[in-house]
Amino acid sequence: MSPDFLYAVEVLLNGLMAGVMYSLVALGFVLIFKASGVFNYAQGVMALFAALTLVGIMNGQVPFSHLINAVFGTSVHEFGWHVPALGAIALTAVVMVIFAFLVEKLILKYLIGQEPIILFMATIGLAYFMEGFGDLMWGADIKALDVGLPKGGSIWIEENTAWLAAEGSRFFGFFIDKLDVSATLVAVVLVIALTLFSQYTATGRALRAVADDHQAALSVGISLRAIWVITWSIAGFVALVAGIMWGSKSGVQFSLAFIALKALPVLMLGGFTSIPGAIVGGLIIGMGEKLFEFFVGPLIGGATENWFAYVLALIFLVFRPQGLFGERIIERV
Amino acid sequence: MKSLKIAALAVGAVALAAPAFADLVFPSLSYRTGPYAAGGIPYADGYQDYMTLINERDGGLGGEKLKVVECETGYNTQKGVECYEGTKGQGALLYQPLSTGITYQLIPKSQADEIPILTMGYGRTSAANGAVFKYVFNFPANYWAGASGIVNHLLDINGGDISGKSLALVYHNSAYGKEPIRTLEELSKKHGFSVTLLPVDHPGQEQKSQWLQIRRERPDYVLMWGWGVMNSVAIQEAANINFPMENFIGIWWSGSENDVRPAGAAATGYKAATFHNVGKDYPIFDDLQKYVFDKGMTAGAGDQIGTAIYNRGLYAAMMAVEGARKAQELAGHAAITPQEMRDGLENLEISEELMNNLGMPNFGPSFKVSCSNHGGSGDVGIQQWDAAAGTWSLISDFAPVDMEVIQPLIEEDSAAYAAEAGVEVRSCN
Repeated sequence: MSPDFLYAVEVLLNGLMAGVMYSLVALGFVLIFKASGVFNYAQGVMALFAALTLVGIMNGQVPFSHLINAVFGTSVHEFGWHVPALGAIALTAVVMVIFAFLVEKLILKYLIGQEPIILFMATIGLAYFMEGFGDLMWGADIKALDVGLPKGGSIWIEENTAWLAAEGSRFFGFFIDKLDVSATLVAVVLVIALTLFSQYTATGRALRAVADDHQAALSVGISLRAIWVITWSIAGFVALVAGIMWGSKSGVQFSLAFIALKALPVLMLGGFTSIPGAIVGGLIIGMGEKLFEFFVGPLIGGATENWFAYVLALIFLVFRPQGLFGERIIERV
Repeated sequence: MKSLKIAALAVGAVALAAPAFADLVFPSLSYRTGPYAAGGIPYADGYQDYMTLINERDGGLGGEKLKVVECETGYNTQKGVECYEGTKGQGALLYQPLSTGITYQLIPKSQADEIPILTMGYGRTSAANGAVFKYVFNFPANYWAGASGIVNHLLDINGGDISGKSLALVYHNSAYGKEPIRTLEELSKKHGFSVTLLPVDHPGQEQKSQWLQIRRERPDYVLMWGWGVMNSVAIQEAANINFPMENFIGIWWSGSENDVRPAGAAATGYKAATFHNVGKDYPIFDDLQKYVFDKGMTAGAGDQIGTAIYNRGLYAAMMAVEGARKAQELAGHAAITPQEMRDGLENLEISEELMNNLGMPNFGPSFKVSCSNHGGSGDVGIQQWDAAAGTWSLISDFAPVDMEVIQPLIEEDSAAYAAEAGVEVRSCN
């Protein structure tokens, strides 16, 4: 096979796996939008906060240490222990549940029955608050995150695919990042777990009922506030997973909040209400932007990925305004 | 009696309302919040700690206390301009905007307000031409010097010949990131190497396409003009494709601990250009310990001391203080004005003897500022990261850059600015 063809395949594979990383962020948006009709602007910041908390717990960092030291003149920074990754992930998940509870208690319960735009504005406020709160709690420095996930190109894949091109040609085997493979496996497990949860548990059915019709769900005794806490908790856990994957790649830093930008075209394309839509949308966006950059990028100066993702999503919207898997909203007057 | 009371109140009110011109005021346009806070905090800490040291150890400068007025920009150009407007009335002597975007906005304002600005290693490169940019200084080095310094390093490690070598430039797709392109193109003609340009869109969290291309094309060296998350992602991606780290060289804004630490051990060997030295093995850190840290007067949490960007803040403050010292010497009085500060900066001479006296031997290059040269020597060194030790080391001393290539570019760009902005070019003869 020609090296050019093989390179295109390599770009395609890497695009698909980059798409999975986008999907992990998009999933959090979908979960909350499905249950409450709220576009959660704070989803990216939740991923940042979850990752900051995870690293802080793992390293035994004293929360608010800068504030404590400034007020009391002390010099406390660390507890002196190190929590194993799995334990820290579990503790962070608990923190995200507490976060969900507080969001419901302090924000959402006062906004029941309000227009979606009001709830959206509330999440913008929440995002700004969380950015500052995360800084204050864990500091603004960039933190390395290592939960034991393998990183780097797989030598095995490289060596076992190099033969695909003719000997002497400049093809070095496929590059596949082991972290991307891990992210793909985690995304598969996550989607299966979410699907089983929503299909086969009473809570899951309640979630779906609320998603379908708030009033009808309330009339049969489902607590909207409890459902919101559960939904935000699950979205918090998904944010934690996204934070781990992206944080392992770039270190945990403020810019993690920007990963939400990569999820927007995925949501536009896949639909705001579909879990499979988030996955398929991510795959299409990832694959599309990488292939476009590979074939067309060099002709127009490169750096096409950011804008092309949105162009691709808009093209799909022309034909399916509700997204590939979104619910078609028909309003009659 | 009543009128006396009213008069006393009025005098008191005026005294309270009037700006306190007794101190030498140095606004610090810092960013301790936002996506770039990790870079902004150590710089602001270093800047403030040096000023505190001068106050605590020497009682200020010429008997005048130094006053740092910190204003948070969040690395946002609009907020940066607000900070400038909000602090210039307090007797500001010098601005160091710490952002190329803010610098571009302040260049015409500084000219109009006659307040100097110093942009060390950022801002408008052609501001090195003092004949056009009377109030702007960018010593000791600029982006074009950085590009030339990196190429000089490649010449050094290749026995003086890099013809036929291939370079790739991974750059932030912004005005800042594009700065070295022209210089590299000119240098490529001179030395016979090729350059592949690989732009990365802001913020730079996803760079798979660029690094797959590098893996395919296998350039001999990769250069980086990045900032923020783009740096750490690029270093991780380079490690992922097993690109030799010693052949990966960033500009100084891609050369902090924040950039290399996330990649762990794999970042060992990564290099970056620099215009100041690294670490804290200098006598000045003993003084900082005694007069600032031990007294609990550290600007921040005290956890950034000796990091690459902390040292840059320290060095920037040293330049401000030495400029003010020179200004006091020229003016013959301690309470200098911004115009006198400008004169001090224009007559500044940083020698190794002075650096020794300041407790900063070999901390930066020696250079002399003049009417025509506001950019200093442009000498650039190279630092290399050792992940196991968690330290940078200066592996090549501050060396002259290719002014034969850079000076014509400075002349051309500054002449274009003068024509566009209607600036009268002053004579420096």
